[in-house]
Amino acid sequence: MSGYTSIWLEDFEPGQHAVYGEHHFTREAVLAFARQYDPQRFHLDDEAAAKTHFKRLSASGWHTAAACMKLLAAWHFRLRAEAEARGEPLPALGPSPGYQNLQWIKPVYPGDTITFSGTITGARQMKSRPGWGLITLTPEGHNQHGDKVYAYDSTVMVACRGNTGT
Amino acid sequence: MTGELLHYEDFQVGDAKTHGPFTLSADLIREYAREWDPQPFHLDEELARNSVLGGLCASGWQVCAIMNRLMVDGYAAHAAGLGSFGVGEVKWLKPVYAGDELTLRYTVLDRRVSSSKPDMGIVTMRWEAIDQHGTVKTEMTGVNLFKVRHPARPEAAAS
Repeated sequence: MSGYTSIWLEDFEPGQHAVYGEHHFTREAVLAFARQYDPQRFHLDDEAAAKTHFKRLSASGWHTAAACMKLLAAWHFRLRAEAEARGEPLPALGPSPGYQNLQWIKPVYPGDTITFSGTITGARQMKSRPGWGLITLTPEGHNQHGDKVYAYDSTVMVACRGNTGT
Repeated sequence: MTGELLHYEDFQVGDAKTHGPFTLSADLIREYAREWDPQPFHLDEELARNSVLGGLCASGWQVCAIMNRLMVDGYAAHAAGLGSFGVGEVKWLKPVYAGDELTLRYTVLDRRVSSSKPDMGIVTMRWEAIDQHGTVKTEMTGVNLFKVRHPARPEAAAS
């Protein structure tokens, strides 16, 4: 895994890229997630799935989204841990106001391993909130065949240098 | 629900309905966060109280998943549904706190039959997650796909 190391707003630049990591979707996990959050028949039942354009059982799109968030967060928290180990101050954590253009491009099937990555597309200070900025990034997921299966445009609040939240 | 499944024809532009509620416990917030979004304001009440979010609150992705669950229980489980290819926009307007009771209000914004698949209807919806005080916490706009009950026959389309 490799990529950008920015954690402060001032360090983000369009074009920075990182491979956040891989997530393997087991049949058991696909069924468990679907039972809790997306109990549609084609996410739970092989026969019902075979009759749809998915052709066979596939993961809930919200499962794919959750896996992407998991690896994106792990990437960010690894960078924070490294900064902390160097004795550096840490930026305050900011929330996200939302996202756009979320696409489930191809089904994710049990047994698939999805590699999640992301590219920074913008970074700017917020006029309304001193000490904070907004970055935009496009996370993506590719399956083991190299096909893009998932993408969205994310916006996240990021602290400006010196805003440690304390 | 018994009887015929909901199809594309059953969703008309302007239709609006509310489903739910779903009560979000602190345990469920932490369970999701531990697995998928382990940020302190979704896990630790004291840290959350001192963050910009002001208290333990659910991952926005969990709120989307709960909206999806309300959608499934409300209508998708009783529909000839074909899933979705995406969500145009999500606005996490306000934090969803432990104990919040969310209902889902959907409004049909637009609909059309797929040009490449005449048996697939594309319905654009706005979904709002509304708490027990009537505050809209999250707003999402996206697509539901449903089977068309009576797809136009090719010869009919050509004439």
